[in-house]
Amino acid sequence: MGEFKVHRVRFFDYMPSAIRAMAFNSRSERLAVARADGAVEVFNFADNYFQEKVIPGQDGRAAEALCWVGQRLFSAGLNGEITEYDLENLMPRYSVAAYGGPIWTISSNSQGTLLAVGCEDGTVKIFEVLEERIQFKKNLDRQKGRIISLSWHPSSALIVAGMMDMIRIFDAETGHTTHRLLVERGVGASKSREVVVWSVAFLSDHTIISGDSAGKVQIWDGLTGTLVRAHLITKWDVLALSVSQDESSLVAGTSEGTIIQFQFISSTVGHKDKEWVRTRTFKNHLHDVRALAHTDTAVVSGGMDTQLVVRPLLDKVEKNTQESALRKIAFPHKNLVCCAKKAGLLLFQFPEHLELWRLGESDGYGKPGDSLPVKRKPEKLIELKRKGEDHICCSALSPCGGWMAYSTLSGVRLYRLQHNNNNISITKVSKLPKDLSSARQLCFSSDSSKLFASSSHSSVIVVALNQSECKYLHTLKPKSGSRQPVHLLAASDDGRWLATANTDCEIHVYSLDKLKLHCTVPVYSSCPTAIAIHPVTSSLIVVHADQQIFEYSLARKEYTEWSRKLQKQGLHSLWLERDTPVTHVTFNPRNPAHIVLHDTFMFCIIDQSLPLPEAKTLLYNQMTLRSVPESERIRHSHAFKICKNFQHLMCVSLLEDHSLVIVERPLQDIMSQLPAPVRQKKFAT
Amino acid sequence: MAALYEGYTLCGLAPAQNLSNSGIQGIEEERDSDHVVVTDSTRSVMLYKVSDQKPLGSWTVKQGQNLTCPAVFNSQTKEYVAVSDNKVIRIWKEEDILLDKAFKATVSSDVWRVHCVHGGEPVVLFQRGAVRLLDSLLAAPQQPINEVLAEEEAIRWSINMVAETQQFVIFTTEQKGDNFLYVQRLNPNTLQRYRLEKEEPGISPLSFSASFRDQHIRLLYLYPNGHMYQSVVSVRGPGAEEGAQALPLPRSLLLALPVSEGLLEAASALVLDEAHVAVVGVPHPSAGAGKDFLCIWNANFQTLQAGKEMAGKIYGQLWSYSNKLFIPHGKTLSVIPYECPKSSLASALGKLRQAQAEESKAPALVPSWNNILHGEKVQPSRTVDTRKTRTNRKTQSTPSLTADQVLELIKTASVEEVQKEVEGLLSRVDIQVLQPSVGQLAATLVSRSLADPAFYTPTTLAQIVHTQCLCHSVCPDLVLLALERKDYFLCQLCLQFFPDIPEAVTCACLKAFISIPDVDAEKASLDPDSISFMETLMSRECGQVGLQNGFSPTSFEGGHSEDKETTPIPPEQICPVGLHKAVLLNEVLQTAYSDTFLLPHLKDLCSQHVVLFLQYLQFLYQRCSQDSFPQMHGLRSPSLNQIMDWVCLVLDAHFTVLVMTPEAKGLLLNLHSFVKSQVRLVSELGKIEGSLQELNKMKVKKDVGQYSIEVIELF
Repeated sequence: MGEFKVHRVRFFDYMPSAIRAMAFNSRSERLAVARADGAVEVFNFADNYFQEKVIPGQDGRAAEALCWVGQRLFSAGLNGEITEYDLENLMPRYSVAAYGGPIWTISSNSQGTLLAVGCEDGTVKIFEVLEERIQFKKNLDRQKGRIISLSWHPSSALIVAGMMDMIRIFDAETGHTTHRLLVERGVGASKSREVVVWSVAFLSDHTIISGDSAGKVQIWDGLTGTLVRAHLITKWDVLALSVSQDESSLVAGTSEGTIIQFQFISSTVGHKDKEWVRTRTFKNHLHDVRALAHTDTAVVSGGMDTQLVVRPLLDKVEKNTQESALRKIAFPHKNLVCCAKKAGLLLFQFPEHLELWRLGESDGYGKPGDSLPVKRKPEKLIELKRKGEDHICCSALSPCGGWMAYSTLSGVRLYRLQHNNNNISITKVSKLPKDLSSARQLCFSSDSSKLFASSSHSSVIVVALNQSECKYLHTLKPKSGSRQPVHLLAASDDGRWLATANTDCEIHVYSLDKLKLHCTVPVYSSCPTAIAIHPVTSSLIVVHADQQIFEYSLARKEYTEWSRKLQKQGLHSLWLERDTPVTHVTFNPRNPAHIVLHDTFMFCIIDQSLPLPEAKTLLYNQMTLRSVPESERIRHSHAFKICKNFQHLMCVSLLEDHSLVIVERPLQDIMSQLPAPVRQKKFAT
Repeated sequence: MAALYEGYTLCGLAPAQNLSNSGIQGIEEERDSDHVVVTDSTRSVMLYKVSDQKPLGSWTVKQGQNLTCPAVFNSQTKEYVAVSDNKVIRIWKEEDILLDKAFKATVSSDVWRVHCVHGGEPVVLFQRGAVRLLDSLLAAPQQPINEVLAEEEAIRWSINMVAETQQFVIFTTEQKGDNFLYVQRLNPNTLQRYRLEKEEPGISPLSFSASFRDQHIRLLYLYPNGHMYQSVVSVRGPGAEEGAQALPLPRSLLLALPVSEGLLEAASALVLDEAHVAVVGVPHPSAGAGKDFLCIWNANFQTLQAGKEMAGKIYGQLWSYSNKLFIPHGKTLSVIPYECPKSSLASALGKLRQAQAEESKAPALVPSWNNILHGEKVQPSRTVDTRKTRTNRKTQSTPSLTADQVLELIKTASVEEVQKEVEGLLSRVDIQVLQPSVGQLAATLVSRSLADPAFYTPTTLAQIVHTQCLCHSVCPDLVLLALERKDYFLCQLCLQFFPDIPEAVTCACLKAFISIPDVDAEKASLDPDSISFMETLMSRECGQVGLQNGFSPTSFEGGHSEDKETTPIPPEQICPVGLHKAVLLNEVLQTAYSDTFLLPHLKDLCSQHVVLFLQYLQFLYQRCSQDSFPQMHGLRSPSLNQIMDWVCLVLDAHFTVLVMTPEAKGLLLNLHSFVKSQVRLVSELGKIEGSLQELNKMKVKKDVGQYSIEVIELF
């Protein structure tokens, strides 16, 4: 295969945002996650936990709570507004002020007709969910002290509200309090501090579960208003509770980073009376567990340490399967790095700004394993702050390094970069076509003459670029009429084709000469995570969230021979077991048989000329190949050349000079930037 | 420590074509320790003078006949006895040239071996286990010979030994994998039969060796798996009746020798003395799997004492006569002199300072002509050359005495003579050669001195201690003798050079030193280096830091505490003891000890001495803790830690007494402040330690940095 010079880049200071809230829609198996910077992400649990949608954040609009009503997603935040999201255009659809001060919590009744929000001023406000909007219906009796948490009784007749020092049960119809449950404060020094009921859950048998800042999980009888059982599970706060659909299990997340499971079982064998028994403790977080979701098979948790952790419950899944593996989702499933192959430039996308870097240089040669002396250090050329309140949702850098574009929800900005010697000048292209108002994905053609921007309803706007101006050319629309946004764009090197993929799993290929749809790739059940068009054979490589790889010939409008062979033989089981999606596909200009792709933990060069690995062959065989003499290597080698030397990959790209650019973001670096956790448990302390 | 010296070739061998045997049947001692009879496996017997490596005689049986038993020398009749073709006993004298013309007698049963201990009567052991004295057998050669052994039982090894005037024939047999030991006593004839415990199935002992000690016959046997067992048989054991059951023979594992892989094939173990065993054909523990080593092991301490690689194939044969090992290897029969001195733990562990290790390796292949011609050492050679020693012996045999002779001399001769001879011996012979006998020399000197109050040789003893070949355990009475004779110089030397002085003796020294009047102490002549160290320390009493830049005011040279009275100095700044006393105390401070053992002995000190000693320690501590503490260039000086440890020990031992003593109050307060300052120092160091460890951790982590350009290869 050969030697590669690798630019190992670790100066991309990407810092994910803490998880604030999450809501799981068990019908569509989608998890909505709200982050501290206001972004809302939707993960499709049915499709390998793929991060389907990202609604970019906005300054001062962080969601404190999320709630699904059917397929509609609502959030409420400390800005006092209830927001519904447009999951097709990936933006807030509208916001409604509740006029009760900051909103701490939002909850819908089981029928999905009413939304209740808990406000700082002590009111529980009920909103009616209408077709296109929500409408204020009534206030429940106003209380002293803020409403921190809410839960509807499945019958929708009662609402339980967690407050300061107490829990109240309201009659949803009359709005009057039926019970008042006093929550005991912590002992010792915290005796003087009010106890905060961070989370409540109302079960169908009128059991109320509460988690509070004194570290207790308490079980109450909602009919009599009496405390049944109190479990002290932490010295710190119990921040989140989640009950499984069948109400047989519940989990509580604490500030220590632990998650404690309780199960509704009989405490002694053969005994009929069931009670809530503390069963398991999970520790997958270093920091506060702020949000929890109890799915049928797993506990999903997130918090300050920014990672989404899916912890399967081993009594619900088959052991030693892919389903039973712990998953940590630490990085977004989309590219935040754009590499200009011809110019050797890197564009890093942050929510607040963009950074343009020039790679370093080295003139040395070395043996494999060597570090070469760096003659010229990498240099940050531009740091571009975004304008307005909206966060950057996508960005692009042209392959020649002459153009740079980014988009927020409110607009697209295009910049012309001019390099002369070591100086770089940046000029904003002032007049942009009106149609180019906002984009979900941006992409330049390989000759930098066109900019493609994905727009609403899976359409793509084509804009022609030249020295000074840019001109609207066309809007490419699929015939399917899908309303889902295009999340992947790929232009061919020869400038003839543009491929798009949307979250309906559709892949369309447009002819750029004719500016019309060329073909539609047969729809596969899993969402595409990376697409690219081969520069020589003009075939489309598609990698899906379930790790399948397809090659589709654009000329013949059918899957290629290699793709069929691959499907027939099947991918290696170890390949399919990987738990991060391939986010980028590129090609080797020197060897058309080579496909370069990467996920978070490896990069792989697929050599299409070599035989595919069979089920019994060693997939990760680089070490073996290194140890056998050269003459025998050919016997042992197969198409998948996987390199795991580099981890936490944000980008792998091949420059024109055949050197690899690898952008790493070590998880330790992210962890080291987090604030100190509340308490680190140390041995014998 | 036992040592193997450079060997030499006695004769060449004619081993069998496939090297299966060495071609030697046996080697027997002849008239004295310097003559041996070597019987080859076919037809001839050779007489050698070992030190000359010269054959003195050779006898051969006729073609077609074979010698079936090694020839032995009957020292009573000066005759040789051998057996040919199993049944023909041949007896001849040295002057007989043709064996065929010598005496022959044919016996009725096959002979296994003829044995003859030095000065004893020859004994004939028949293959079926019967034993006859040669004389009685020859009286009626055709007498019927009874069968002692069972069917299919065959003799493997046999030996003849004299124990307490009783003659024994000991032999081992094998029968269907079982091994038996027979102890046949002659006059009156009794036979004991023992069964050897079974080792792993399928393996039988490779070699046997027997020795007699403390009224017991000790049988040593080596198994192919490297296990060496010892069994002890009482010579007074009851004679077993005919046909009685074989007694089980208890055994103890003496050594488990390293067997790198597989089993030993040709190996042999030989008892050298009560502690040492020579082993051949077993791998050296630190030299891989090669089995061609001759090693001496100390069975008491389980340590390897000496090892030597033998060139060529090892046949697993080994004989030893008078401190010489005879070993056939390759195509030669080599003689290797060895020495097994009385072993002490220190020497067994190699703790005794000496250059033995490299010495045994250094080859001395080219003998120096100077040595041979002039018989003296032109340059001090560390290696031992037998040729050289031989010539030494030749040329110097008249005027100078060997170590053994000197030993004898010490027991009787006058002080002057002993001094002269021992000094002569020490200067004459390479100390490495002498090393094993130094202990004996010292022990003899000390025992004479103890027994005879008029006899004492301080210079000789000092010289012996100076060789650094001695340790306390080799000669345990030396230090106490020196104390008794008030030989403080010798005490100092012993404290300096002995690595293993027991705490009781250390404490006795301390007690003696601290109680000697200063006047007496000043009379002793001590090691000048340690005196000069103490002088510098004391000369700085007036707070003069005068030695900087090489300038030293003359008025302070040799300043003793006496003439310091004029200047007002705080009392703790004055050395509380005299110079020589201080030097001696310093030696005590520097000896190795363990607190648990020292503490009870320290309690014996009287309170005056304790206070004095503490005062001195205080003085030392203050001197040594000053910034300008002279870094004595390589001089032995007590370290701050040693001083502090002693302070603590003495305080521990006498705390209640000191608290009750009014004059000790100031002292205790001072010492308390020292301890406090030490504690502070240690706690600060502890803090630093943490940070340094972090530093260490950081280095281990491979730091990739923000950016690097690397080269990788994919296959």
